[in-house]
Amino acid sequence: MNTALYIHWPFCAVKCPYCDFNVHVAQDIDQARWAVAYRRGLDHYAQLLPDRAISSVYFGGGTPSLMAAETVAAIIAHIKALWPLAPQAEITLEANPTSTEIEKFKAFRAAGINRLSLGIQALNDQALKFLGRKHDAAAAHRAIETARSVFDRFSFDLIAARPGQNLKDWEDELKQAAQLSGGHLSVYHLTIERNTPFYFQHAQGLFNLPDDDLSADLYERTQDILGAAGLPTYEISNHAAHGHQSAHNLAYWHYRDYIGLGPGAHGRLTLNGVKHATREHQAPPVWLDRVENSGSAAHAFEPLSEQMQFEESLMVGLRLSEGISFSSFSVEGETFEKKIRTLIAEGLLERTQTHLRATLAGRMKLNAVIGFLLADSQEQTSTGAQTV
Amino acid sequence: MSTTTKPLSQIRNFAIIAHIDHGKSTLADRLIQTCGGLEAREMTEQVLDNMDIERERGITIKAQTVRLAYKAKDGIEYQLNLMDTPGHVDFAYEVSRSLASCEGSLLVVDASQGVEAQTLANVYQAIDNNHEIIPVINKIDLPAAEPEKVRKEIEDVIGLDASDAVLASGKSGLGIDDLLEAIVTRLPAPKGDTTAPTKALLVDSWYDAYLGVVILVRVIDGYLKKGQKIKFMGTGAVREIDRVGMFTPKKVLLDALGPGEMGFITAAIKDISDTKVGDTITDERNPAAAPLPGFKPSIPMVFCSLFPVDASDFEKLKDSLGKLRLNDSSLHYEMESSQALGLGFRCGFLGLLHMEIIQERLSREFDLDLIPTAPSVVYKVYKTSGEVINIYNPVDLPDVVHIEKIEEPLIKATILTPDEYLGGLLQLCQERRGVQLELTYVGSRAMLVYRLPLNEVVFDFYDRLKSISRGYASFDYELDGYQENDLVKMDIRVNEEPVDALAMIVHRSQAERRGRGLCERLKDLIPRQMFRIAVQAAIGGKIIARETISAFRKDVTAKCYGGDITRKKKLLEKQKKGKAKMRMYGTVEIPQSAFINALKMGDDQR
Repeated sequence: MNTALYIHWPFCAVKCPYCDFNVHVAQDIDQARWAVAYRRGLDHYAQLLPDRAISSVYFGGGTPSLMAAETVAAIIAHIKALWPLAPQAEITLEANPTSTEIEKFKAFRAAGINRLSLGIQALNDQALKFLGRKHDAAAAHRAIETARSVFDRFSFDLIAARPGQNLKDWEDELKQAAQLSGGHLSVYHLTIERNTPFYFQHAQGLFNLPDDDLSADLYERTQDILGAAGLPTYEISNHAAHGHQSAHNLAYWHYRDYIGLGPGAHGRLTLNGVKHATREHQAPPVWLDRVENSGSAAHAFEPLSEQMQFEESLMVGLRLSEGISFSSFSVEGETFEKKIRTLIAEGLLERTQTHLRATLAGRMKLNAVIGFLLADSQEQTSTGAQTV
Repeated sequence: MSTTTKPLSQIRNFAIIAHIDHGKSTLADRLIQTCGGLEAREMTEQVLDNMDIERERGITIKAQTVRLAYKAKDGIEYQLNLMDTPGHVDFAYEVSRSLASCEGSLLVVDASQGVEAQTLANVYQAIDNNHEIIPVINKIDLPAAEPEKVRKEIEDVIGLDASDAVLASGKSGLGIDDLLEAIVTRLPAPKGDTTAPTKALLVDSWYDAYLGVVILVRVIDGYLKKGQKIKFMGTGAVREIDRVGMFTPKKVLLDALGPGEMGFITAAIKDISDTKVGDTITDERNPAAAPLPGFKPSIPMVFCSLFPVDASDFEKLKDSLGKLRLNDSSLHYEMESSQALGLGFRCGFLGLLHMEIIQERLSREFDLDLIPTAPSVVYKVYKTSGEVINIYNPVDLPDVVHIEKIEEPLIKATILTPDEYLGGLLQLCQERRGVQLELTYVGSRAMLVYRLPLNEVVFDFYDRLKSISRGYASFDYELDGYQENDLVKMDIRVNEEPVDALAMIVHRSQAERRGRGLCERLKDLIPRQMFRIAVQAAIGGKIIARETISAFRKDVTAKCYGGDITRKKKLLEKQKKGKAKMRMYGTVEIPQSAFINALKMGDDQR
């Protein structure tokens, strides 16, 4: 079975004011010690999953571009030693466009990374400053050009629907981004998460976000511009030229198996025919300690009932432009079918030959669509929680 | 026979009639204090208004009686029984009971405000009861006092001779002695027979946590004594008196109550429904030949449903209504189930103030958070089958094809207003389908008499009246029969589904205006959702007003990768829980709060 592999590097140089991910600002990280721990963690999963082939690897974080290239190289080498890994398998690393990191791009390439995902976020200094980023627009351009020259494939992130953003400004910025693109672009609408500096600033009224209508207009304009630029949307926030879609991220959205290694990393693994949710200890020191002492920092795996699997696959599958294939609907019931018909009538869902998918209007309010589909979903199937 | 009771010639029983805020309770306080019923240190403001709500709102809800000892200028110590009565029309029933147990009334009129609409109805009741009436012009120490003008108003508007009206101030005590002398000299002594079989009027009863049911009585003939076996002639129940007493206003126990006297008895009665107000109490072994004329029982005129905001408070609401009913036999209620608001009670009230007071007591004394539906009245529906039914809830109205005709209750409303507000008030009455019966002037004030449908008044008529007249107009009404009208049931539909709690019976000519108002308000109150929402007002199949709430456009998680799936699922679970207070209408969920707020606001507030 093909399995994707996610490696979480939990450290950042600074924490961004909008970020609520499991990241920690730490200096003096013992790279060698972490490299050993990741290798031990991999050993543990290899024992559990001996017959797998790794289809993609993704170094996320945190800021994995702060990893020493040697650490990355050691991990990739170890993966190859434990499982078959196709020579063309996508191996992505997230990177920030600061000068020190740009200098390491070649070394990452040599370590085995073949795809870079850059945290550009914005192409003007004022926005970058507001977002608390450590780079400016000039550094962003430099990082993009370096990535283009070093890697075959690269992507970068932009944050849209920022305070005070109007349609015209966004149009200009996005067209510029499309021109700079390496075939893949992620555009995220700014989201205010709890317990972040932005959350408290927003609560105090220090800035306002675009309202529902402007936010929707910004999203629609993004689809138009990137579609016309040859970067059609293939997921809510992701756009790619043909053949440039992220194989690793598609594994999540297709609800395939993936290993999650590193502090706070999540995975979905089929063991004895049952899909399990996995989760590793969040705190970096505890994670390190557990891996060093017992080989793994994973919490007990949680078996997922068919109903839960169905809900999760629906939740992620409908994010894709192609939608979710009918074969995933083994558990649908009459009520569910009725809800789907309602959503189709409302122009939020549509059926193709093989798939059920959300329309543009449906994708724009997918949370509500999924909420509607899954409300009282216990009634839809009699499949209770399964024990293993 | 040992009696501590007074001879009839030394007893005076009187009621006080006054408009709200004309100083009735303060005047009563002063009479009590002057006669030594309470020491100055024991005086709280408005001694007789026991309930907080009475004190705060300056109104009297329950009748009270106080026995005063007054040594008059003729050297005789008289027993004065003061009956404090509610002034509001909703409690007209209490007023009629109180008046029936007295021989005279004090008519208290504010020296600066003059005669008000409410005063009229109560004075006429007193006159109907053959009362001797002493006009009292109160608050004469106020700078704005115009006692001569008010004296003339009493003569012109009411038709009473006010030439010897007592000028008084309850606040300063001015004229109180004159008033006490007038009570003794001008009011008649009660009539009665000390040797005849016991005959007493059951004036009121209430439940007391320590004493059980306390019965307020006025003795006509004979005596009531401790240990006596008494019979309630109406219910036939027989009990033994275990306590006899009076209020000074403190409770004081006595051996007996004699003819002409007022006081209370207890007889180990647990349930207030065993004591019918207006019943005649007599001696079991030596009963009176015939009972006293009774009262006609009060009937609820205004109905609304009460639902607990928190569904788990339903039992508490049920208990609380039960407790209130212990002391208020005019409160009616029965269980109701609403699709929009869950389980609650359909309640019947004597009038709008009664309704407001019950709602306030439920929230204040029982800490209940309630959603009241729009008030409604009792309709008489003549069905094509020949059957006539009373409709207490718009939801219960039969299908139009089964209806021959609908009759609605009417009222005769009296409004007294400074003439500058007359135009606005005429317009208000006209809008509410009123028919003018009378328009007369008394100095610079106008007296309007209108015949109005009660259902046009129950909603926000009084608020509008007060706002049009800046608070100066006064309003009173009496029921005036039923009349056939072109009445229809208007449904409010959300995405084609009727919302039962918002259904109302309206006159066809008012339907569109009220339907439009309610739809517009719901449009503001129902939050935008994933689907477009149609809010409609309809009569039968015909849509008379419509609003559309457009759907929101964007609600999607920006990032959803491997680690986010679990987080997102938790969010979804939370979302599901948040729906507990939502109701489904077709494909739409509407927060209960939207209905609450739609019902809270007056119909015409825009």
